[in-house]
Amino acid sequence: MKKIEAIIQPFKLDQVKEALKGIGIDGMTVSEVRGHGRQKGHKEVYRGQEYNVDLLPKVKLEMVVPSSRCEEVIKTLTAAARTGKIGDGKIFVYDVAEAIRIRNDDRGESAL
Amino acid sequence: MLRLRFLCLFTLLWPAPALLAQTVPELQARIAALEAATRSAQSAGDNAWMLMSAALVLMMTGPGLALFYGGLVRRKNVLGTMMQSFILMAVVTAIWAVVGYSLAFGGSSWLLGDFRFAFLNGVGSAPNADYAGTIPHQTFMVYQLMFAIITPALISGAFAERMKFSAMLLFTVLWSLMVYFPMAHMVWGKGGLLNAFLGGAIPCFDFAGGTVVHITSGVSALVCALYLGKRLGYPQPSMKPHNLVISFVGACLLWVGWFGFNAGSALAASGLATSAFVATHFGAAAATIGWLVVEWIDNGKPSVLGGLSGSVAGLVAITPASGFVKPFPALAIGLSAGVVCYFMVTRVKRFFGYDDSLDAFGVHGAGGTLGAILTGVFATSAVNDALKDASGRVLPLGLVDGKASQVLNQMVGCAIAWGLGIVGTLVILKVCDMTIGLRVGKDQEVEGLDVAMHGEEGYIFES
Repeated sequence: MKKIEAIIQPFKLDQVKEALKGIGIDGMTVSEVRGHGRQKGHKEVYRGQEYNVDLLPKVKLEMVVPSSRCEEVIKTLTAAARTGKIGDGKIFVYDVAEAIRIRNDDRGESAL
Repeated sequence: MLRLRFLCLFTLLWPAPALLAQTVPELQARIAALEAATRSAQSAGDNAWMLMSAALVLMMTGPGLALFYGGLVRRKNVLGTMMQSFILMAVVTAIWAVVGYSLAFGGSSWLLGDFRFAFLNGVGSAPNADYAGTIPHQTFMVYQLMFAIITPALISGAFAERMKFSAMLLFTVLWSLMVYFPMAHMVWGKGGLLNAFLGGAIPCFDFAGGTVVHITSGVSALVCALYLGKRLGYPQPSMKPHNLVISFVGACLLWVGWFGFNAGSALAASGLATSAFVATHFGAAAATIGWLVVEWIDNGKPSVLGGLSGSVAGLVAITPASGFVKPFPALAIGLSAGVVCYFMVTRVKRFFGYDDSLDAFGVHGAGGTLGAILTGVFATSAVNDALKDASGRVLPLGLVDGKASQVLNQMVGCAIAWGLGIVGTLVILKVCDMTIGLRVGKDQEVEGLDVAMHGEEGYIFES
């Protein structure tokens, strides 16, 4: 099993979710995060006090998939999330030691 | 023909005996009753407006100022900041009822009132002719109370995010006694040193409290900011306003409430109240434009916070002038306040490096001083003819009336407000510091006032 962690542009979330549902992936965890890679931030001014805001709003998706489906998920996700500009985000892949369904103690890929 | 003439004459004179049957005393009684009814109608109109005005001024504190200041601080201090306004609605009321009203408006000395109205003795439904002859004395008392409440609340802008709640309470009690009541008495009390209309030796014009409310609180705020020192880590990116949306709501409530503050200071539902209402609104509008234009040029973008701050600066500056100036001078006063306060808040504060967190000095201290001096320029008897000499002739008011010396009188009034604010606040801060301590501990300041002082959180999103 692999854990796929994708950090994407917030406005791409709906498109990515639809694309993943289209290939049968409907289990995921979504969180709102802030961060940056090479993307520049912006300047805010409050009563003459300047602030450089370089932590930008992003969305993080986390999902655990069977290893055999990993490349397919990455391709689908990337196609949906890409705009071609700096700030599109990144995907990280991790190995997963175990997965358990809390409801009925299912383990391994049957728990996904 | 002669018979016709007799018939006409008879018809015309027929009611005469009936009319003459009403004697002169009866007619006098009817006229007296009519006069009383007219006075009563006048009083009803005046009292309705004044009670409404009192409510509007209280609204300026809660929730106006509470929301405005609350949105400007960090999330962890939102409740603590709002509480600093709210608690004064209770505490200042108690002091006012016991001794405050009397010290501000009792007696006829030059500095401070006496105790004739202590515990509101004698303050009932009959008017007090010295101050407002057509409304109950109690209306006047409760209206003035709302001013006493908001004035110390303004100071909290300077020590935001780092003052102990207990110290703020002690500070407010002492400050009301030592600074507010004397200043209110000098400008508005009978026999007060600066009261142009009730026997003051240095006649100053302060219609609704440019000196009494804004200069005293603004200057005291600066002293507090300097004495308490900067917030930990100031200036830092994480000190941005956490919720400009509620600041927006607060500022709009302040603008609307200010009609009670200024137009209500006419103490009647009169043409003067209308004039003050118009001047107030025009001052706010012009100041908003003034601040935003300068900011747009200076920064490339006009900010919402700038617009709100500009409007408040204009309202502050027009406060002393509101019942004395015509509409277009009001625009001029507002416009200059918008521009001047912009530079006070952006350049002067940065230059000297003091942490006047919510710009209580930059807006209220500076705006109030500017407005008070410009009142001496633009005050005219064409708007307010209440100042008369012994023979009843209307006297000129300001420079536009030909009385240039009034500008000097205004400056003296400002100087006294500054002096009282600085000296009084320094003494009080020292007393508070030596007894209970002023500033929260470092850990408490990092944790935030909401949890440290009140055991609460403002926003709980998880539940």
